[in-house]
Amino acid sequence: MSRTRAVLSNPLVLAALSVLALLGIGEILSPGFAQGNQVTRLLTVSALLGIVAAGQCLVVIGGREGIDLSVGAMISLGAVLAGNVMSGANGAIVPAFLVASGATFLIGIVNGLGVTLLRIPPLVMTLGMMGVVQGGLTVITRGIPSGNAAPALSSFVNQPFLLGLPGILYVWALVALVMWFLLRRTELGFAIYAIGSNERAAILAGLPVRLVRILLYGLSGFFAGITGVLVIGYTGNSFVSVGDQYVLPSVIAVVIGGVSLAGGTGNYFGAMLGAIALTLLTSVLTTLELEFWGRQLIFGSVLLLLMLLYGRSRQLRV
Amino acid sequence: MNPALRFLSRRVWLVTLAALIVLVIVNWILQPNLMTPNVIKSNLTVFLPVALAAIGQTYVILAGDIDLSVGTTAALVNVVTVTVITALGADLDAVLVGMAAGVGVGIACGLFNGVLVALLRFQAIVTTFATGILFGALALLVMPTAGGSVPAIYWRSYSGALLGIPVIYWIYAAALLVVALIAARPFIKHVAAVGGHRAAAFQTGLRTARVRIGAYVLCGLFSAFAALCLTGETASGDPLLGRTLALSSILAVVVGGTALAGGKGSAFGSVLGALVIGMIGNVVFFAKPPFEYQTLIQGLITLAALAGGVFIARRQDSRGRGLA
Repeated sequence: MSRTRAVLSNPLVLAALSVLALLGIGEILSPGFAQGNQVTRLLTVSALLGIVAAGQCLVVIGGREGIDLSVGAMISLGAVLAGNVMSGANGAIVPAFLVASGATFLIGIVNGLGVTLLRIPPLVMTLGMMGVVQGGLTVITRGIPSGNAAPALSSFVNQPFLLGLPGILYVWALVALVMWFLLRRTELGFAIYAIGSNERAAILAGLPVRLVRILLYGLSGFFAGITGVLVIGYTGNSFVSVGDQYVLPSVIAVVIGGVSLAGGTGNYFGAMLGAIALTLLTSVLTTLELEFWGRQLIFGSVLLLLMLLYGRSRQLRV
Repeated sequence: MNPALRFLSRRVWLVTLAALIVLVIVNWILQPNLMTPNVIKSNLTVFLPVALAAIGQTYVILAGDIDLSVGTTAALVNVVTVTVITALGADLDAVLVGMAAGVGVGIACGLFNGVLVALLRFQAIVTTFATGILFGALALLVMPTAGGSVPAIYWRSYSGALLGIPVIYWIYAAALLVVALIAARPFIKHVAAVGGHRAAAFQTGLRTARVRIGAYVLCGLFSAFAALCLTGETASGDPLLGRTLALSSILAVVVGGTALAGGKGSAFGSVLGALVIGMIGNVVFFAKPPFEYQTLIQGLITLAALAGGVFIARRQDSRGRGLA
């Protein structure tokens, strides 16, 4: 019995069960919801959220109240930069990826420097950076939508690429593989967990704590930039606030996936399931054809329910 | 540490005040009519809701938590107040009952947050984000689209004067008085203790959950005050009111020198922080940079102000913890 409980209280299992339950509910509400094409489409949307969540996941695991609220603005920046570099030309897709992810990586590094050297709390630093990047976007675009996706990128994101699945899903799988390898098979990965769970011990063990943390924020920026390029591939064009919708969902996906906001625990597979669960939930609520407030009410309640299941912190009995 | 810095680190609000004075002087140079009564009044009217929300946010942050639901709490208070006033016939009694209902709603929202975070031990950031969604949904349920209006007696009194002094100055004075009263009670020490070192506070026998719930209730209460002021400004109901209130209140708290980790800071500093944030916007507006650079410049100055607030507040405890 206790074994069953242990399995059921595992965030990964819970997240997977939520995904299945949501698929079931969707199928009952609207037959065809859980079928091939529809699932592929849902996974495509989940992939966009899931790839940002990879960066968020790293920053959160790294501890010291790690969080990156600037990912939304960086996604927008990535999309706008990529759109302008590509201007619809297939030949410029690779440079677009390089420019977008390079720029956001550097912004992430600045976040990391602020968090480590100036010791600004991540919430504040990345919130401030969000304002700065949004300002930068206005300078670049003058508030007008600019740039558009290359046709090859759009079809890579939206159309079947290999074995009937769109290319973005292979990108996501690659991200998952890289994240697994990074966190479980490299010294850096172990350093990230060590820093997140006990920073003092990590310092005393001689780990380059500052360097690792700066890199984590850089990687969060990098993943946001990649997402930005994929977002412009998904939507075809970009506008200055295209990334805003991903900020808090990326945090929630990570939490649903069992990564504690206190840092030091969790892994990316949970965050992936979290991203799928969130996308499904949004989709099911859309299917319900409820009024907007009804959808929001259910969305908020489900989040609280998930928190009740495993988002609770340790009881204070020291 | 040198004595001057130590003096400042215990009174971070002095730094915020200095920043405010600099901003006011710069603004005065850029906008010569700044120091006329009307302009001062209109500026302070714009800053008032953020200042009030920031006061409430201070107690929550001081206790080591955070409240992202401030904005939708304000929206819910606004639509409930307007709906109740309209339903009761829009006379003076209706206005008073409506305002009381709004304040009640604010307190209820704060209590709900506090119970979830302190008693059920939910993580504050995600929880108040989720309750924020709930409050926003309820606001849309009460009033699906912006509309309705409050009677003239409401907004006329809000923009009017009492004993020759504009009403909004009375509100500032009352808010600061409440802040002073709270600061004089043991409660504020309990909040700081809970935020500074929760385990230690618990071990000394402090009822930590009760203190944290108290902080959230205060936050809900001040969000309600902010909403009532916004209602006086807009004179109508809007379920999407106060969208930016949560983030700007947090910014004001940090610029006011309260540590986001909890345990240190003052609500008085947060009021100054709200004024600083507002004045940054003014200065950038009146400096007339090319329009597309305005957001960028404002963002950079805000980030610098945030970094400054954090930097000064941190100097105090950098010894011994300076490993990373």
